[in-house]
Amino acid sequence: MGILEVKNVGKRFGGLQALGDVNLSVKENSVHAIIGPNGAGKSTLLNCLVGKLIPDTGSVMFDGQSVLGRAPYEINQMGISRVFQTPEIFGDLSVLENMMIPCFAKRDGAFEMNAFSDVMSQKDVLEKAEHMLEEMNMADKRHMHAAAMSRGDKRRLEIGMCLSQEPRLLLLDEPTAGMARADTNNTIDLLKEISDQRDITIAIIEHDMHVVFSLANRITVLAQGTPLVEDDPENIRGNPKVREAYLGETA
Amino acid sequence: MDAIILQILNGLDKGSAYALIALGLTLIFGTLGVVNFAHGALFMIGAFCAVTLSRILTLSHTIIDDTQKDFLGNPLKVEVPYVHDIFGVATGDAIIDWAVPLSLLFAIPIMIAVGVIMERGLIKHFYKRPHADQILVTFGLAIVLQEVIKYFYGANPIPTPAPDAFKGSFDFGAALGFDPNLIIYPYWRIIYFGFAAVIIGGVFAFLQFTTFGMVVRAGMADRETVGLLGINIDRRFTIMFGVAAAVAGLAGVMYTPINSPNYHMGMDFLVLSFVVVVVGGMGSLPGAVLAGFLLGILESFASMREVIDIIPGINQVIIYLVAIVILLTRPRGLMGRKGVMED
Amino acid sequence: MFKLEKTDLSLLVIVAVLTMFAPFILNPFPADSAMAQFNAGYPDLMQRFVIFGVFAIGFNILFGLTGYLSFGHAAFLGVGSYAAVWMFKLLSMNVVPAIILSVIVAGLFSLVIGFVSLRRSGIYFSILTLAFAQMMFALAYSVLTPITGGETGLQLALDDPRILGVSQTAGGNIPVPSIFGLEMRSSAELALGAWSFTFNVGYYFCALIMLVSFYVAIRIFRSPFGMMLRAVKSNQQRMNYTGLNSKPYTLAAFVISGMYAGLAGGLMASMDPLAGAERMQWTASGEVVLMTILGGVGTLIGPVLGAGFIKYFENIFSKINSTILHEWFAFLPDGLEDLLVNVLYPFIGKGWHLTLGILFMLVVIYLPGGLVEGGQRVNGWFRNRGAKKSTTKTTPAE
Repeated sequence: MGILEVKNVGKRFGGLQALGDVNLSVKENSVHAIIGPNGAGKSTLLNCLVGKLIPDTGSVMFDGQSVLGRAPYEINQMGISRVFQTPEIFGDLSVLENMMIPCFAKRDGAFEMNAFSDVMSQKDVLEKAEHMLEEMNMADKRHMHAAAMSRGDKRRLEIGMCLSQEPRLLLLDEPTAGMARADTNNTIDLLKEISDQRDITIAIIEHDMHVVFSLANRITVLAQGTPLVEDDPENIRGNPKVREAYLGETA
Repeated sequence: MDAIILQILNGLDKGSAYALIALGLTLIFGTLGVVNFAHGALFMIGAFCAVTLSRILTLSHTIIDDTQKDFLGNPLKVEVPYVHDIFGVATGDAIIDWAVPLSLLFAIPIMIAVGVIMERGLIKHFYKRPHADQILVTFGLAIVLQEVIKYFYGANPIPTPAPDAFKGSFDFGAALGFDPNLIIYPYWRIIYFGFAAVIIGGVFAFLQFTTFGMVVRAGMADRETVGLLGINIDRRFTIMFGVAAAVAGLAGVMYTPINSPNYHMGMDFLVLSFVVVVVGGMGSLPGAVLAGFLLGILESFASMREVIDIIPGINQVIIYLVAIVILLTRPRGLMGRKGVMED
Repeated sequence: MFKLEKTDLSLLVIVAVLTMFAPFILNPFPADSAMAQFNAGYPDLMQRFVIFGVFAIGFNILFGLTGYLSFGHAAFLGVGSYAAVWMFKLLSMNVVPAIILSVIVAGLFSLVIGFVSLRRSGIYFSILTLAFAQMMFALAYSVLTPITGGETGLQLALDDPRILGVSQTAGGNIPVPSIFGLEMRSSAELALGAWSFTFNVGYYFCALIMLVSFYVAIRIFRSPFGMMLRAVKSNQQRMNYTGLNSKPYTLAAFVISGMYAGLAGGLMASMDPLAGAERMQWTASGEVVLMTILGGVGTLIGPVLGAGFIKYFENIFSKINSTILHEWFAFLPDGLEDLLVNVLYPFIGKGWHLTLGILFMLVVIYLPGGLVEGGQRVNGWFRNRGAKKSTTKTTPAE
């Protein structure tokens, strides 16, 4: 029984069957990659997991509880954090404030009318945020405007923000899309470090095979809205069906 | 039955004005993606084009008429409009009498020029800025335009009558076989409705049947692709802004006999026409026209004695109520495209 | 002190000093000099400065922090005024219960309207607030006349019950608003040589309330709650995926700013006990938008500056007529004098709204941070000239 269980999920947009009959089981503390050619339904699946879309059929269970019908913020509070394809951060706020917001969300929940205490007097949150910035090697940027940082730094910050919530499952949507090679490698190292050192499950949607095979210990191949195979990386590499459907074009 | 026909007729002229202003607003939103709070001001400028032309036509010089005497027995001083000198008395008087319809010709170039200057000079810098900024800067512009008009024309409404031929009313009731005087309707309002129908039909035909209109419609659907095809969509959008301004301005010209123009008429109509656009669906031209007439007629039905007796004050708020319900239940409006502004 | 950071504390102290000494600062010209008409230190105007300051501070909590642009906030101010006048009619002429009721009533109205309007964002939110406010205006003007006084407005009468006070004074007049016996309209005059200064109870009462409001706004700005509101403006998507529910945050901000508006309305009625529907019209809502943007949206001091600026010019700038202009430029040759006066005249006096509109547009286009950003730029410019070529980074407006 995995931490995330997707059973018979289907989603249709008008005449287009985006997801056919998806079954997926993500084991606790694994790094699970979901790959597939363009239009395979990877993003639709991800959106079904985080509450942005509600599937027409099937069930999505996280740690024994259904996530369907819950708002994104509720699903996040259950322990699923999401990293976006283009980094979504609070551009108008400072880097430190960016890091403090998820710490507040972790401590106070979805809403807290905390209008009369000074932000800087919340020592526990402040310390946690500072600590996380140090871990992300961004302590020197703490007073910078978040929007002014490089794309690689924004990605780092976003991952750090997600980690500060101590999620049990981290979902990444093509985290290295549009990145230079050096930034990509940095991100790979960062994710490796995270999965080695933390008690966390990572599910990653990725296009870049270099990233997938550097990180994943389990891979699901999605094609035309249905899973083709689910296996270990070595077997996926050798699988002729996958080669034909997907790797053949890129590898 | 007669009461219902009367209310529909009453709704038509207000609905025509709503539809015409909303048509321009939604055209600008659909093409340029700009929320224009200065659109009511264009309506007002149109109305003041009519005022200006009738002032120009009545420009006079004084002559001494020896055939008439004033009460002191001196020769009477008479103001003679220049048009009398140029065209003769009879034609001159007719021209003055027909000042409002003539203003349509006078207003078209002025309104297009105002629209193009507005777009090139201000609005184009705001395409990429958030809607809130667009609202704010056009709100500022609306204040400026309103104050300029107030400076030149004063704060009081300026009566601008319709030609004599269109004064008086038509007895619809008698024509339809009801008792006389049950359904009477001023001629000018019939004209206004007909005029609105022509303008609306013209705009639709222009967009539907000309190549220019086709490109603009394609641009409304997908601006980037049309731009990639090497078509100068920006210039066409500028022209569309001019057209939208002209539509609002002409609506203003023709509205002057119904309501004497004053400097705040733009602001008065602005809120209502925005509501109309929202109800019809942001960016939907047929939606704007439909919602304009629907709300106009709904408003006059709500003003009926029988309705007010049941729900007091409903006539004052019906339009806003409809807008609130629509926004909450169907934010894309009656005929808006799916996915446009559905946040 | 007051649990504030040093910069915020100094800001509060500056505002406190300015408001407390306003009767001096605003009356720089001797009482019988020609310039005396430009003195703004008379009670009526000073009260308006601080009351609109309260209004704008509250509006800024919504618009400045969350970015939700309401075009209907004047409705809450109007509701507050009505509530206060009803308190004067029914209970007593003491302003304290009146103002408390104004805040509560405005809070309830903003809770309902905010709950509905906040289901949409962007321009749709603006239009929803606009529609609600126009509806309230139209109803107050017509069918609600028994409650609102309709076109004439809600006024006090000699036969009002005033159960905790008196219906009429001993002299047979309508009593005036007071705080525990101290009348709002009572003033003390101080003559210093040619100068004269007026100290008005009502003004100081409003000024104290504005200072408290300002202090509360600072605390909100610096609190985790305030940070969440800025997060709403910056990136709602990230917020929702960070486990935060943005709806109650924006609604709380809406209600708080609605209560500020109600407070301003209550103060207005306390200074002059009548309330009219025109206070609720959408152009009145537009005015507070102008104040906030002109002063500096999202900044602490900006709205107060904007309110003061607009009210000063509305009352003082508008007094300049062509005669005064001719006096000013009398030293020029006649032709030039006439030309200059003719060029300037449309922009001043009765035409000051034109100037306001132009200023507002310029601010939106070139100076999104308003007067505050303007001040910072000028300041930075001087510093740059002082410390040659040492590049100073412009800090984001606070």
